[in-house]
Amino acid sequence: MDLHYWTYLIVGLTFALYLGIAIWAKASTTGDFYIAGKGVPALANGMATAADWMSAASFLGMAGLISFAGYDGSVYLMGWTGGYVLLALLLAPYLRKFGHFTVPDFVGDRYYSKTARVVALFCAIFISFTYVCGQMRGVGIVFSKFLEVPIFWGVLIGMGIVFFYAVLGGMKGITYTQVAQYCVLIFAFTVPAIFISLMLTGNPVPQLGFGGHVVGEPGVYLLDKLDGLSKELGFNSYTGGIKPKMDMFCITMALMVGTAGLPHVIIRFYTVKKVSAARVSAFWALLFIAVLYTTAPAIAVFARTNLLTTIPNQSYGDAPEWFKKWESADLIAWQDKNKDGKIQYTQGAAFAGKPVFLGSDHRGKSGERLLANVPTEGANELFVDKDIMVLANPEIAQLPNWVIALVAAGGLAAALSTAAGLLLVISTSVAHDLVKKTIDPNMSEKEELIVARLAAAIAVLIAGYFGLNPPDYVAAIVAFAFGLAASSFFPVIILGIFCRRMNREGAISGMIAGILFTAAYIVFFKFIRTDLNVKDNWLFGISPEGIGTIGMLLNFAVAFIVSAFTPKPPREIYDLVNCVRLPEQEGEELDVVEH
Amino acid sequence: MSESKNEIKHEKLDPVHYWRENLKWVGALLVVWFLVSFGCGILWVDQLNQFHLGGFQLGFWFAQQGSIYVFVVLIAIYVRLMKRLDKKFTSGD
Repeated sequence: MDLHYWTYLIVGLTFALYLGIAIWAKASTTGDFYIAGKGVPALANGMATAADWMSAASFLGMAGLISFAGYDGSVYLMGWTGGYVLLALLLAPYLRKFGHFTVPDFVGDRYYSKTARVVALFCAIFISFTYVCGQMRGVGIVFSKFLEVPIFWGVLIGMGIVFFYAVLGGMKGITYTQVAQYCVLIFAFTVPAIFISLMLTGNPVPQLGFGGHVVGEPGVYLLDKLDGLSKELGFNSYTGGIKPKMDMFCITMALMVGTAGLPHVIIRFYTVKKVSAARVSAFWALLFIAVLYTTAPAIAVFARTNLLTTIPNQSYGDAPEWFKKWESADLIAWQDKNKDGKIQYTQGAAFAGKPVFLGSDHRGKSGERLLANVPTEGANELFVDKDIMVLANPEIAQLPNWVIALVAAGGLAAALSTAAGLLLVISTSVAHDLVKKTIDPNMSEKEELIVARLAAAIAVLIAGYFGLNPPDYVAAIVAFAFGLAASSFFPVIILGIFCRRMNREGAISGMIAGILFTAAYIVFFKFIRTDLNVKDNWLFGISPEGIGTIGMLLNFAVAFIVSAFTPKPPREIYDLVNCVRLPEQEGEELDVVEH
Repeated sequence: MSESKNEIKHEKLDPVHYWRENLKWVGALLVVWFLVSFGCGILWVDQLNQFHLGGFQLGFWFAQQGSIYVFVVLIAIYVRLMKRLDKKFTSGD
């Protein structure tokens, strides 16, 4: 069967499934809407957390990033999994015991301050919007490349689906669709990996395969072959990194701490029945996440090896079909600098920035699409967008059409599930923290539910706008959300639980100092003076991706200093913290606290 | 909240000890967390890369595989430890 039909069939079936679940799980109370009535089993919550967590960036972007970065890409693997250890040990059980709806709720009550709540609220909304941009762009890519609909319609369909189940079902609808989406995305991610692992190494387990021997070349390890190929073509060795250790360290830390501080991840742990269930569901979540995260580096190696064995020094006319397909999608570009008709691929950019094509009828001698970009001095002639590696991988490995269609459905599941989780945080923050707790405390539950749905609807529209006007790479933009979460929420929550003496003044000034510093650093290097964004100008040699670590330390430092010179928190706060630290007593029910 | 219920037959763990015990385990597990990722995966990666695990250089393996497996195990251990500690606290043993 034709790839087109397969894609429509599989994507259509999965969408029908999501909608069916949404109708089944319609939310009727604010408790249902915000935290699924606290009735989600730990295993299901773990799966939903995993789907919530694994975004378009994890599914589409990460393996591609690692594929090009080699060892240096380890920061994403360790960073985006290690945070769950922090969550399980330091945050989730206590926040669950505290038991309100949102992170700003905790911050507001623990620090007995409306100001703290509002600061936390804006941090939450800001982080979630940064993050949601990446998702909608992912939806756009998948739709336009696989279903060959214009990006506009692709994003519109995606928005429609998310709107339907997020606005109607709230957290309950989202949770159960995410369970389904996890199954779809993990199946879609691992099946091609297993096929390719078998083809390249003869081992069906990708995690073992990429450390195994190459089929047809006895005694040669795949990684050694890849290192050899890379060096031959003038690239850095794949398994050896070039990033300085200091930067590796800080990026990994920022991603870990940021993961633990992301509001849409934390909120998931409010949905389980008991404190112990919060721990168990963190375990399931990481286990389910680890399946994808240990497969991704294997895919990265397979994709890189396939790319380096098929493309360099190949003449354009003989290049495989996928090469031209992705070229026509603007994601691969080739400039024949030395006019030999062959594709030279080596270290360095072929030209500065993204390719700007002249139009599909402007063709070069070999038939390649011509570019407006000025070529660099370097010998490299090829541009490959990192985001296509996962999508193109099954085609590069010539897998059957249904596998390729499955990857499309998986990419959509990843993007939609994360987008929905984020939209819920935004709508909860607005309806609950801003309108109900700050502006109009006398609002009825029914009215609050209407406001929450309205906020979700508006958030969907804004997210859609970002999907149509995408900023930067999928994974890179997401990395910023982490820096911001690391420097604001993580310290404030940790201090709230582990340091009884921490007061309102310390927490607020710490949060503001942390997020201002981090945001200023990132904005300066990434948006204002991009020309200065090189190692020599960085503070301690730390890139904007890793600066959240310093922001976090700054947050801690400012919080401690300010709290030392300001009054102790009131007596009730000591009692609150003491209570949060202990498990529930026998017979003690942790109910939804209605305020 | 726990004070009122303290006159129970079994020897229940008091809140202070519960918390201390918890911190002890959290601390120990976080040390391992730090060592496998920041230690083996980043700081000592060059030294470890001189050893091999099949086709993997050991440091590279820790950075891209091993640390993740250890993370999962760490949470599993914590869940078990806390289950036991919670039981001691709520009903004594």
